Amino acid sequence: MAQVTFPDHFRSAIGDVRETRIDAANYRDLVIKLKENWPQLAPLLERTAVAIDGQIYQDAFIEPLNPESEVFFMPRIEGG
Amino acid sequence: MAEAVEYKQIGSSPVRPDGVDKVTGRAQFGADLMLPNMIHGKVLRSPHAHAKIKSIDLSGALAIDGVFAAISGADFPGGVPDGEVSGEGGGTLDDVAKNIMARDKVVYHGHAVAAVAASTPHLAEAALAAIKVEYEPLTPVLDVVAAMAEGSPLVDDENFTKLPEKPANPSNVASVGKLERGNLDAGFAAADLIIEREYKCPMAHQGYIEPHACVASMDETGRGTVWCSTQGHFEFRAATAKILDRDMADLKFVATEIGGGFGGKTVVYLEPLAVLLSEKAGRPVKMAMSREEVFRATGPTSATVARVKLGVKNDGTITAASAWIAYEAGAFAGAPHMPGAMSIFAPYDLENFCVETFDVLVNKPKVAAYRAPGAPQSMHAFECALDEAAQQLDIDPIDLRMVNAADEGTTAPYGPKFPPIGFKACLEAAKRHPNYNAPIPAGAGRGVAAGFWFNIGMQSSAEVHLNENGTVMVIEGSPDIGGSRASMCLMAAETLGVEYDSVRAQVGDTESTGFCNVTGGSRTTFATGMAVTQACEDVIAECKKRAAMTWGVDADQVEWEDGRAVPGPGVNADVKPLSLADLAGSTAKTGGPIQGRASVNAQGAGASFSLNFADLRVDPETGKVDVLSYTAVQDAGKAIHPAYVEGQMQGGAVQGIGWALNEEYVYNDAGVMENAGFLDYRIPVASDLPMISTEIVEVPNPSHPYGVRGVGETPIVAPLAVVTNAVSRALDHRMTTLPLSPPNIVAALEDN
Repeated sequence: MAQVTFPDHFRSAIGDVRETRIDAANYRDLVIKLKENWPQLAPLLERTAVAIDGQIYQDAFIEPLNPESEVFFMPRIEGG
Repeated sequence: MAEAVEYKQIGSSPVRPDGVDKVTGRAQFGADLMLPNMIHGKVLRSPHAHAKIKSIDLSGALAIDGVFAAISGADFPGGVPDGEVSGEGGGTLDDVAKNIMARDKVVYHGHAVAAVAASTPHLAEAALAAIKVEYEPLTPVLDVVAAMAEGSPLVDDENFTKLPEKPANPSNVASVGKLERGNLDAGFAAADLIIEREYKCPMAHQGYIEPHACVASMDETGRGTVWCSTQGHFEFRAATAKILDRDMADLKFVATEIGGGFGGKTVVYLEPLAVLLSEKAGRPVKMAMSREEVFRATGPTSATVARVKLGVKNDGTITAASAWIAYEAGAFAGAPHMPGAMSIFAPYDLENFCVETFDVLVNKPKVAAYRAPGAPQSMHAFECALDEAAQQLDIDPIDLRMVNAADEGTTAPYGPKFPPIGFKACLEAAKRHPNYNAPIPAGAGRGVAAGFWFNIGMQSSAEVHLNENGTVMVIEGSPDIGGSRASMCLMAAETLGVEYDSVRAQVGDTESTGFCNVTGGSRTTFATGMAVTQACEDVIAECKKRAAMTWGVDADQVEWEDGRAVPGPGVNADVKPLSLADLAGSTAKTGGPIQGRASVNAQGAGASFSLNFADLRVDPETGKVDVLSYTAVQDAGKAIHPAYVEGQMQGGAVQGIGWALNEEYVYNDAGVMENAGFLDYRIPVASDLPMISTEIVEVPNPSHPYGVRGVGETPIVAPLAVVTNAVSRALDHRMTTLPLSPPNIVAALEDN
């Protein structure tokens, strides 16, 4: 199961939960399962960046996950 | 994976395609366009930093002959525009709409309250004077720490800090951020040396030379065109359409040449006003800000207060680090506090750290992105603390950073493990640089600091057309701020195997090319370059098909070498290679014009690290600082056009030096900026500085076909601390509050 780590700004939706493990074949499945567990996460997941195994995605969609994958949600970076 | 390979075009530094037009004055910037029957728009701005608007009467302006239109907040659609804006702190489009034209309240001095369009600029100014606005002044709050205090005047009565549970009372804190790892108490307990200080950075403006400007020409059906100086005409179109509740398909946006942006031209100010005025007037409307308006009403970057604690062992190993940083957002939420939090410790492999950041409303202009938003302020604090530790431990400051340096596989403070990065390579290059090995001039101090920025990808589109004679036209949707057309031509030439001179590039408008996100985030050479490369590969694939058709072989029997289709192994040896010109000349017979296109949402942007150092001398009597030498070392991944990469490094260094030495907004107690012009807001000029020495490090980004990382933002991050550290060492007195201007240095020495 993928190791999922939430950032501090997700606290508004999920309280003090900082980590979880999710069995998902790809990012889309992972998001579906996160929304099932925490429906209030939905708007945050719409506008978040995510690092999957070290690779940062501003807009992940169907990126594959494996049982050892590390998923870090993080604020979007845009820059100037 | 990109390897360090020899290229034929990439890595050269040809003259930019727009260079001649710019040096001859032929280039068309935002305010240069003239249209038949065009009139001129001007904005009436608030004389108060904080006040309720009791009434606005436009009739006096409209009664003047030659005044064609006047608008106020009442002319904007009701409801809340849905969406968020680009840029670090984000913020909502509703806030943008209220920022470009106040509704029931003004929240900073210079806030727009009305606008007019008249036959001449002078008549428009006379019309502004005829508008009557009745205000009820409120107490402004101008300091970030004061704004956080209980009982402070509220910028927005409806602002509640975003927390898991809604606070009982509103405050000026819009949001908070936190990153932490390990055990701070244990880390600090293990330290041999603790450094603990408070650092301050002032508000600073991007200082682009070209003020905001646009021309809008709307017709009777609600359709029209807007020419504007922007970092992203697609996103300007979307913002304008949403704020005015229009169909974006009715609006064509054209990006003019741009005289600098640095993040400040990623948000709209004038464009929706010009569209409204043009519709009401039935004529094209030009709007151009004065420099004073740019200072009073467009986004600077945040002033900050940062409290840092650092624990270090005698060998230089960092055992723990903590930071508390308050960022001014201006009058609407959206300071770049989270990127600041994510950046502050990024160059280092730390076991124990915590950083807390705050997005704080004050009665000043809403901040906008400025090169590496949020990072210069946070990293200034930590890099200064590191330098003080190095000095106290008598360790070379580069060596101290090397002891703690992040590398491939290090877990970044913001979560993921780093892919290949070039921080250690930058440290090594700086350590062996001749300037670093030269003796420090007598009486001078040498400052050292690191820089970092994430860089981003996002969406880009490009089309590549093969002209009838075999030359190549590249159409991209990214406004060219720093020479990107030259870089696109180089990547296209390299991919196609042709000479740079046979490729031209053009920035398409919103109706002539596919969507592109803003030119920002150091993303254009990376992401749009990826689109251009893929579009060229599309052209090559089509050319190979056409050659196969010509030769009567299968396409997979054709190869592409040096800009020509050549027969693969086993094909009749009499077949002659076909150049792009040959293939272009026969398109009528082989299937029509040849073009390639690509749209990408580029992932895998590579972080760029830097190490800067400088020698500065301070006159202790006058406080004047002379920069004797400055050296910037940065990882570019791969420098497509090395001269422009060096230009980015030099420009960022100069902007950072200016921020550190002189730039600041001086407000009086009423919240009025007292230095809203380049005479009193002092940015460096050429005679102030030596040539900035550069060394480009190239650790290729494996996610880009040519190894590009993006270079535009990292250069401004290190200079603030470089300057502070050099001045501190020169004076043998730790300076903590920027700018290090003559009066501030003299005052600090007198206090000491």
